Amino acid sequence: MAYNEKIIEHYENPRNVGTLDKDDPNVGTGLVGAPACGDVMRLQIRVSDEGIIEDAKFKTFGCGSAIASSSLVTEWVKGQSVDFAEGLKNQQIVEELSLPPVKVHCSVLAEDAIKAAVADWKKKKADRAGAK
Amino acid sequence: MKFPIYFDNNATTPVDPRVVEAMLPFLKEKFGNAASRSHAFGWVAEEAVDYAREQVAKLIAATPAEIIFTSGATESNNLAIKGVAHMYGMTQADLFFLDSVARAKKEGRADAESLIPQRFGSVDLAEIAEKGAATVFADRGDHLITLQTEHKATLDSMKRLEKEGFRVTYLKVQPNGLIDLRELEASITKKTILVSIMFANNEIGVLQPIGEIGALCHEKGVLFHTDAVQAAGKVPIDVNALNVDLLSLSGHKMYGPKGVGALYVRRKKPRVRLEAVIDGGGHERGMRSGTLNVPGIVGFGKAAEICQKEMASEAERVNQLRERLFTGLKAELDELFLNGDAERRLPGNLNVSFAYVEGEAMMMAIKDVAVSSGSACTSASLEPSYVLRALGVGDDLAHSSIRFGLGRFSTEEEVDYVVKLVVEKVKKLRDMSPLYEMAKAGIDINSIQWAAH
Repeated sequence: MAYNEKIIEHYENPRNVGTLDKDDPNVGTGLVGAPACGDVMRLQIRVSDEGIIEDAKFKTFGCGSAIASSSLVTEWVKGQSVDFAEGLKNQQIVEELSLPPVKVHCSVLAEDAIKAAVADWKKKKADRAGAK
Repeated sequence: MKFPIYFDNNATTPVDPRVVEAMLPFLKEKFGNAASRSHAFGWVAEEAVDYAREQVAKLIAATPAEIIFTSGATESNNLAIKGVAHMYGMTQADLFFLDSVARAKKEGRADAESLIPQRFGSVDLAEIAEKGAATVFADRGDHLITLQTEHKATLDSMKRLEKEGFRVTYLKVQPNGLIDLRELEASITKKTILVSIMFANNEIGVLQPIGEIGALCHEKGVLFHTDAVQAAGKVPIDVNALNVDLLSLSGHKMYGPKGVGALYVRRKKPRVRLEAVIDGGGHERGMRSGTLNVPGIVGFGKAAEICQKEMASEAERVNQLRERLFTGLKAELDELFLNGDAERRLPGNLNVSFAYVEGEAMMMAIKDVAVSSGSACTSASLEPSYVLRALGVGDDLAHSSIRFGLGRFSTEEEVDYVVKLVVEKVKKLRDMSPLYEMAKAGIDINSIQWAAH
């Protein structure tokens, strides 16, 4: 199978690989997938008090399309609001990277990962508000 | 060094230039049909086929009359397995049917005899009504034995027979990929007609104890077929010493052309009979009809001859290259797991799992090097390798497996290049892997509740 150029580009030069401190109250972490299924994505965001995503990082165990999908999502959400991140749809990733049908699950996983990260950040915020 | 580097010799091998030379005249002026008995074009072709038959027979210490040319090993496996089952077997459904017809006839149904398909030959309904079909056909079995790690050509032939009513035992393998001989012995019953165990595995390269299996089958009076596609030309094979009754070969796995293979069918002690799968002009002693692929057969013969002559030195050289590759990788990378037995394996095969790195991503990273992976992402089914699963390799490590297949044209320079490249890319991908980070932080990956998707 020949790979799409955009996938290769993201795969060879992945954006925002790395780790944010998961214990930082402003950081939301989403860890989705399973090793037995061949892909695990961890997507993290650091959100400002105004609800803007200041930084996004990822690490992914998975095929080239999974790595490219997570790289793309971090690029998209950086500088955007959490509402924007929450509204992302996997179909947008499919279209941007021209993922073939057999790789659509990689985009679903990336959508799940960003949503899980936002949910984690929201939960931390709510817990803090409750503690006050 | 030429790119891309070819390290996938278990999938197919390049055609040896000497083989191409031998084939060319048969693609040009010597185009005759080997079955044309009435003119020189046919005679030349027939003579070339006879010579190739000798070359192939010699490679496995058989006689030329025992070699049936086919289109490849998938066909050879189909012919061996279905051919034996249909020639020697009778299913429980067959016996039940014959009992029913015999009873119907006894009860006066006039057309009873005409209900019996020709495949049963002449049947004595009165005898069946008296003794029962199971007694009359006591010598016909309905059971076959094979391994879970066989090639799909074997497994799917077996599944087809199961649909027809035959019973099949799929033996488990040990964690090193080898058969448990005691389990094989315990599985053989009076109804077993064929044992089919591959010589060497295509994914992990392990060599099964063919001599021991052959001796056991011989002692029990069960026919023994082996798919020797990966082993032939790489390790010595003697069908008599090993007590093999049927053996599948493929041209393109031993530096010959694609589209040609052979089935060895024993002629003496015992004389093995087969029901044909392909019917037609009665070529290959009626076991495989169809005009012979003369250029392919000539090339296959030449490939067999070269393998036989150069086997000893080539095996040693390729083995050293494989060791150099493995040693080089081990020196630089941790959490590297060898799949399959370390000692009993083909010279050129190295199948390793690079933990925390997914196989397809790995192949993409080393795209100048042709290898293959047991990862789900490389298959249409999205299931990881069933061979690695049968070994008890976890799905996560199966997804991380890479098969390197070295061969006749692999060089030390290529091995050194691949070691350097793979080490660099595995390190890069591990830096990108959340699992590697977690493992290094002392988190047990298996303790996490992962959501299957």
